[in-house]
Amino acid sequence: MNVQIKQKIGFGVLFAATLLVVVPIVAIIGLIITKGWSAISWEFLFSMPKDGMRAGGVFPAIVGTFYLVSGAILFSLPIGVMAAIYLNEYAKDNALTRLINLAIINLAGVSSVVYGLFGLSLFVVFFKFGVSIISGSLTLGIMTLPVIITTTREALRAVPKSFRQVSFSLGATRWQTVRHSVLPFALPGILTGAILSIGRAAGETAPILFTVAAFYVPDLPKSPFDQTMALPYHLYIISTQIPNIREDYRYGTALVLVGLVLIVNISATIVRARYRRKKW
Amino acid sequence: MIILRDGLDKRTMHKIEIRNLNLFYGKFQALMDVSMNLKPNTITAMIGSSGCGKSTLLRCINRMNDLIEDVSVKGSVFIDGEDIYHTYVDLVKMRRKVGMVFQRPNPFPLSIFENVAFGLKIHHLAKGKALESRVEESLKAVLLWEELKDRLNASALDLSLEQKQRLCIARLIALKSEVLLMDEPCSALDPIATQRIEELMAELKKNYTIVIVTHNMQQAARVSQETGFMLLGELVEFGLTTDIFTHPRDKRTEDYITGRFG
Repeated sequence: MNVQIKQKIGFGVLFAATLLVVVPIVAIIGLIITKGWSAISWEFLFSMPKDGMRAGGVFPAIVGTFYLVSGAILFSLPIGVMAAIYLNEYAKDNALTRLINLAIINLAGVSSVVYGLFGLSLFVVFFKFGVSIISGSLTLGIMTLPVIITTTREALRAVPKSFRQVSFSLGATRWQTVRHSVLPFALPGILTGAILSIGRAAGETAPILFTVAAFYVPDLPKSPFDQTMALPYHLYIISTQIPNIREDYRYGTALVLVGLVLIVNISATIVRARYRRKKW
Repeated sequence: MIILRDGLDKRTMHKIEIRNLNLFYGKFQALMDVSMNLKPNTITAMIGSSGCGKSTLLRCINRMNDLIEDVSVKGSVFIDGEDIYHTYVDLVKMRRKVGMVFQRPNPFPLSIFENVAFGLKIHHLAKGKALESRVEESLKAVLLWEELKDRLNASALDLSLEQKQRLCIARLIALKSEVLLMDEPCSALDPIATQRIEELMAELKKNYTIVIVTHNMQQAARVSQETGFMLLGELVEFGLTTDIFTHPRDKRTEDYITGRFG
């Protein structure tokens, strides 16, 4: 076969594969918007559910998801960033470090329902936090830890070695080097990772299933030890447990969830793009 | 104590004394029993082919090799009579005194001002007006002040390579370093920029002890007063630059400088 033709076929196959990646995301968003847009209103976003959740709004679920994600990030961001700094800047390449790396990779591969079960036994039962926002947040936090550690390490690794060398050669200690010559330049990358894991935590159902999510709560949560409704679980309930519900109500809920995650991801992209110009 | 003709204590004459220095990367020995004395206010050039250990030797003088895993060093390096490989040595203080200029100019992606002020800030040595005047002094010392004084807040990344390298030197001057270790400081620069950096070195020599590692023998001959030739981790010959380049004592030095190998 002619080299030119092979080249064309190769290009065609690769391009088709790329298109295939884009098709589902466009289809999903398109479907949700066409079927759910009519449900979106101020009332839908900012009022409590009514008539056995067949009417009214999804406000408590939005608030619940907000609390859960904030709690998760508050827990996992500092711990994840500190662990990543340790692993990248301090740890020697020895058996222990390799074991920790292996653990982090495997932690990322654990299925989310297992995190849910783990959160149930550790936070709900063992620590007696009960089915509560704090149990759910901690469970989501642990689930997002590997993402935060990995992205933070990537960001730290992207800071040129020469920055560290110069800093040391100017008499900085290791901590001063990390604090002044590495972290500031890794910050955009770290933020991107944090924002992406917010998106992930907001969309997960399984980890909150046993640890926090309520079928229906008449009031907004008042303390970290309250149960709460959350968007992904609410969507699951109204799609499977409640008969005779309007279709646009279901898709509207999905639209709110996807929309929130999308807004978060887009802001991550913007953060990255803003700082990319300052390249060394 | 050895009393020299002019009656000076030998120790006080040498800014840097390297004694029986051996360095290993794992099992590989990169420096073989190197000993040499470097005079203050002198430019000493280290020449030799790639991998001969000249950069490794340079990095021993401020213990930058410590950052590499699996490195072990035996022997001593005295700076002002103090062995920097002694266990109680304050590395932070030592590295402030012995600054390093790297092969590729490597300013931080900060403003020109922040780059020069970096060391002063992390060591809390100056702030406010005092900091500003130290930055000004340092930029004047590397002859950058006139061209940059109106845009101190511009990013250092937008400077030319030569300006960046000068800025990196200013960063050390701000810390009042006494020794400048230069690891091929001109290899990324064009001939004109190189010449200007060499002029700067000649100027700085008045106040600093400079050690320069260079691939460029003409450069060594131009800028230095003393030259050491290294081969396979060994210091083959060390003496006045004029002697090394006109009548070297060792056959290997002669072969190298006449271009028979390397």
